[in-house]
Amino acid sequence: MEKSLNMKKILGKLGPLLALLVLSIILSVASPNFLTINNIMNILRQTGVNGLIASGMLVVLITAGIDLSVGANAVLCACVMGMLSDKFGIANPVVLLGACILTGVGVGCINGLLLTKLHLPHPFVSTLGMKNVLCGLALFVVSTKTISGFPNSVTWLGSANVFKNGSFSGIPVAFLAMLLLFVCFHLLLNYTALGRTIYCVGGNPEATRLSGINADNVLIFVYSLSGFVCAIAGIVIVGRSGVANPVSAISPYDTDAIAACIIGGASFMGGKGTIWGTLIGALIISIIRNRLTLLNAASDVQYMVIGFVIIAAVFIDVTRHRMEAKARRLEGK
Amino acid sequence: MSDYVVELRNVTKRFPGVVALHDMSLQIKPGEILGLIGENGAGKSTLIKVLTGVHSADEGEIYVDGARQNIKSPNDAKSAGIACVYQELNIVKSLSITDNIFINKMIHKKKSKFLDYKAMHNKAHEVMLSLGQDVDEKKPCGNFGMGILQMVEIAKAVLIDAKLIIMDEPTSSLGEKEVEQLMNTIRSLKARGVSILFISHKLEELFELCDRVTVMRDGEHIITDDIDNMNNEKLITAMVGRTLDNQYPKVTVKRGREALRVENLNSAGVLHDISFTAHHGEILGIAGLVGAGRTETCQAIFGAFPVDGGNLYIDGKRAVIKSPKDAVKNKIALLTEDRKGQGLVLSQGIDTNLVLADLQRFSKGPWLNKVKIKDAGNKNIDDLKIKTPGLKTIAGQLSGGNQQKVVIGKWINTNADIYLFDEPTRGIDVGAKVEVYNIMNKLVADGKCVIMVSSELPEVLGMSDRVIIMREGRIMGEIERETERFSQEVVMKAAWGGKI
Repeated sequence: MEKSLNMKKILGKLGPLLALLVLSIILSVASPNFLTINNIMNILRQTGVNGLIASGMLVVLITAGIDLSVGANAVLCACVMGMLSDKFGIANPVVLLGACILTGVGVGCINGLLLTKLHLPHPFVSTLGMKNVLCGLALFVVSTKTISGFPNSVTWLGSANVFKNGSFSGIPVAFLAMLLLFVCFHLLLNYTALGRTIYCVGGNPEATRLSGINADNVLIFVYSLSGFVCAIAGIVIVGRSGVANPVSAISPYDTDAIAACIIGGASFMGGKGTIWGTLIGALIISIIRNRLTLLNAASDVQYMVIGFVIIAAVFIDVTRHRMEAKARRLEGK
Repeated sequence: MSDYVVELRNVTKRFPGVVALHDMSLQIKPGEILGLIGENGAGKSTLIKVLTGVHSADEGEIYVDGARQNIKSPNDAKSAGIACVYQELNIVKSLSITDNIFINKMIHKKKSKFLDYKAMHNKAHEVMLSLGQDVDEKKPCGNFGMGILQMVEIAKAVLIDAKLIIMDEPTSSLGEKEVEQLMNTIRSLKARGVSILFISHKLEELFELCDRVTVMRDGEHIITDDIDNMNNEKLITAMVGRTLDNQYPKVTVKRGREALRVENLNSAGVLHDISFTAHHGEILGIAGLVGAGRTETCQAIFGAFPVDGGNLYIDGKRAVIKSPKDAVKNKIALLTEDRKGQGLVLSQGIDTNLVLADLQRFSKGPWLNKVKIKDAGNKNIDDLKIKTPGLKTIAGQLSGGNQQKVVIGKWINTNADIYLFDEPTRGIDVGAKVEVYNIMNKLVADGKCVIMVSSELPEVLGMSDRVIIMREGRIMGEIERETERFSQEVVMKAAWGGKI
């Protein structure tokens, strides 16, 4: 009994990793240009932005919340930098990056305050509203123009590669930065008191409150953290494309991030999820997109495939939840 | 035609580990108002649920108008003519009175799928008028008070031509005027030949309204008699007679200095001038019927229930507690009555649950001190005899008794001085109960102060050094162990509104 349960647990934990491996093997057999070192670096490059946003989304999901404003926030952060360099002629990278991060954290903090102080029913509502507000703001601050001409020190994070060598394109700095951030998240979630309370607020907010913990402050922190990683993602976006384009605020950053978390084992019911699972989830999303691009699939197909993957992942999450509840009931007897 | 409109014969209902109804028989005459009383856990709720098809009886029969009925679902009960107005009304507040009355039996226009609202409004108005309520039936129910909403529930019962309407503590949420109105309506229903089973916690209402009264205890029928043959003393004696056996391992220690003093705690409509003291080395029991304000008192002390006024003194010093966080800082612990909803984070490991209330003590700066957590957890498991495969086991996988011990462990780990235990043994098996009692003994032996709310009279009397009795948000009296007044009769008398 004990052993078979442990087996199940291990499978549950390694499921996403297994899916990643199977997907990679199938693709490398099916198409020879998949498993080239440069294509892999390409995938990592594409994972950067989604991975960053997904890390914040994960923490929000653990508290049984959701943040739909992430994509718009990231783009707004990019556009704020665009505004400062275009309208005010500021080229000082410290000012640009500082303003960017301040914007992201500020927006996240507002999300948290809307949830905890205005008692809006679910962050779905408040962050959906914020998403639209931020889309509009992004257009507004740059007067709907696409801004280019950022200093190299700003674009470095999103565009640089290290260990470039001959035909090897190098390892993208953005991916390495993301990994570093993931290590921080891992430490936060597993080794700090704050991390424990984040899980507990998601698992049972009432019990957490009655244990003398100020759940509101935890939630405000969590949404601010999500805003912070959005700002970093905004810097990477600017670096990768070289421009701040307000129209890209409507890109499906939020769905990609949610999908990465859910595939990686997080749950809409909160209280669950790990950063490494999210990493795998983000990689799976990138591989699917990369593969579809290699197949010359148009964006319509990409949208549909990602849509189905999200539905499948949520279905797996719900089923997993139901089976755990059942196992718990049996165990209790 | 039978003499009785509804008759229960030898009904038994068992739940895992408990017989909720035992060989229960009950006869209700046509057009009579039968009162039903009993202390907490006497089996009244189960009886209602068996009659309304929420639970089906394991043994025994139910007869309606002399014909045996097989009531297996709420719909069976409805078609047999049994309706119930629950304490928690089943009203959709955003819908109109008409919609609520016709919610599952809408009237359609002839030969069409469309609703005949004109007919429904007329009928709804007519029924409400017959209940003495001239109201606009088109308005959403949310616009009306409890009194009217109860009438809507009664109207539903009238519309299905119910022969028996069960009313579960209908007056508990009503004002004085509304109670008077309800009584008039009940009398007019009686005049129309409808029988009423009236459950109440107020003896004076029974004497005013009922023809006969039935007393239940431990899931059994104790006595049924004409109300005229009854008085307060007789009813209370019939309700208590529960045997006090030696299942309570009470250890008395020397009472220490005052630990907590509550002065004039008030919360509009819920708590009225609650004042009492509790001491180190003492278990103070709070007895009373469900809804007497005992849970609210504990939550108010813990800063989890809003109060309008009142002072707390801890070890003689004034303490301002506005939130659970303040309470924890002041070394107060609260074991909630709802273990799963408010006590535990079921999805997390027991190690996390055990340290949740004092993470600071188990951290170094921002970092968790995993060694300290592990040591404390293992000590909790040993001390409290928590049966678990390991420290990392998910709390939701433990049995009720072990979950309760985890919550207790969480508070012991905060080094709390004052423990508010709200129904600490609810829903746990007998063995675990004794272990929880022993933990309480250990706490008071260590000089802690334990305040225990319990709906089980034998438990309150078996474990407490002193008991205060609450009724309708007020303290009715206080009794001391080892005195003559420390008895079930006295507690029940006070809980039902008598002077002690």
